[in-house]
Amino acid sequence: MNYNKLVDNVIKRILLLFAAISVITTIAIVFSLLGETVSFFKEVSIVEFFTDTRWTPLLEPKHFGILPLICGTLLITAGASLISIPIGLASAVFLSEYAGNRTRKILKPVLEILAGIPTIVYGYFALVTITPILQRLIPQTNIFNAASASIAVGIMTIPMVASLSEDAMKAVPNALRHGAFAIGSTKFEVVTKIVIPSALSSILASFILAISRAIGETMIVALAAGSTPKLTLNPLESIQTITGYIVQVSMGDTPRGSIESRTIFAAGMVLFMMTLLMNIISMLIVKKFRRVYD
Amino acid sequence: MSLKMKINHLNLHYGDFHALKDVNIDITENAVTALIGPSGCGKSTFIRTLNRMNDLIDNVTITGEISLEGIDIKKCDVIELRKRVGMVFQKPNPFPMSIYENVIYGPKIHGAKDKKVLDAIVEKSLRGAALWEEVKDRLHKPALGLSGGQQQRLCIARVLAVEPEVLLMDEPTSALDPASTLKIEDLMEQLKKEYTVVIVTHNMQQAGRISDFTSFFLNGEIIESDKTENIFYKPRDKRTEDYITGRFG
Ligand SMILES: Nc1ncnc2c1ncn2[C@@H]1O[C@H](COP(=O)(O)OP(=O)(O)O)[C@@H](O)[C@H]1O
Ligand SMILES: [Mg+2]
Repeated sequence: MNYNKLVDNVIKRILLLFAAISVITTIAIVFSLLGETVSFFKEVSIVEFFTDTRWTPLLEPKHFGILPLICGTLLITAGASLISIPIGLASAVFLSEYAGNRTRKILKPVLEILAGIPTIVYGYFALVTITPILQRLIPQTNIFNAASASIAVGIMTIPMVASLSEDAMKAVPNALRHGAFAIGSTKFEVVTKIVIPSALSSILASFILAISRAIGETMIVALAAGSTPKLTLNPLESIQTITGYIVQVSMGDTPRGSIESRTIFAAGMVLFMMTLLMNIISMLIVKKFRRVYD
Repeated sequence: MSLKMKINHLNLHYGDFHALKDVNIDITENAVTALIGPSGCGKSTFIRTLNRMNDLIDNVTITGEISLEGIDIKKCDVIELRKRVGMVFQKPNPFPMSIYENVIYGPKIHGAKDKKVLDAIVEKSLRGAALWEEVKDRLHKPALGLSGGQQQRLCIARVLAVEPEVLLMDEPTSALDPASTLKIEDLMEQLKKEYTVVIVTHNMQQAGRISDFTSFFLNGEIIESDKTENIFYKPRDKRTEDYITGRFG
């Protein structure tokens, strides 16, 4: 008896340790960002950082305005969401409410495969397939452009929206659907007025997750979006995202401790804040729209 | 008393399983028809055929004829049919919305928009389901905050709101406490003045208290259909008598 209790205790502690690793890592990441970010802002004013519209830390004359990178990131995120949210939601509705068992059995694994493709493959796909198509449709499209990367990021995040939203819709009890059918609802009314509203909190959370994923996506944008920080809303131009910039500097030969190398920590901090904001929004949404069924 | 629905030689199969065998019943207008019988004998299956809820289940084959005021329901538009023949289920299934939104769900999908009209429908339906007095001060609170018995009456109100002609109820009180059960039983007396009611119950006392006609189901067949008093006091079939007197089921 006592021996069993001891084993239980030891196991509990080991598991706690593992759980603690992720918490500790998160804290460590924040601190490592923080230290270098503070040093960065000793040399560059925070006002310049957030108001200057040029980002040229590697070129003379140096400018440290993060706006072009934020703009690039948001451009990619908006474009990707335009793809992933409608297509993902439509797929989820189809899988959960319309598809027969056999269709579902084929489609779900396909979605999972889509989710499992390495992002570098999506990056190549954007560069060698999507971009040429875009260039044929609109000749002035740059070889590196935001649209192509957005589309690839969007496709990459479809499975996330589809599968989380489908789970949420499947969790809506059939009794609710039957209640709606029994007073003369069409299938479409059941889906739009009962199923989606009932599952809304998780569906919105899946959107936010896809958006966060797009904000942080690196490989696709590094390959296909270009490396020209630019304050533009034109998706056919070459741009740069925060992540794209961080990769560019990390891969280059910027000396450690220089102002150039510190830019990536400041940029990383902004990225971290953006995804943190998304997480907070997500939590608020889940809380606000949560519906309990029983 | 006129005939509201007529069921002729109805057979239903779930795959190979013969669940309803040559069922024939007349449903009288403005009366309560009770369906009794032991668990698994096909009562739910039968009542679901009356507004074609079985269309939602795969692998069901139905033969025979069900008519509503002389018209074959197979030929009706199913949405129109379910507006005329509404259904309340065994377990209360309010939508995760406010009480008010639950009641106006049906009228709204069928085109009602005007706020005044909707308000009037809400009051009328909730009164019709004997729930108005209890909820009139919290119409915009979540329906799931109601007690089980109140939820079930809300589900009745939700059906009444689309002004059906026939009200189907599948064991509407089996998940409820005795006090709530009593409230719903009392309601039947009111409801049949305006509606035709078909109710499944495995509680024979309940059938005796509230119904005008009773059909006794056994293994997918109707053993006997008659005025309720005849079923209870002068059953023609030995099996009906055995069931009524509690010898099986
Ligand atoms: N969806 C279904 N698929 C297959 N068999 C079913 C289904 N629903 C009910 N049955 C079977 O049909 C018979 C009658 O069931 P049911 O109508 O629910 O009986 P009751 O309501 O009288 O208890 C039972 O044997 C049950 O197992
Ligand atoms: Mg049943």
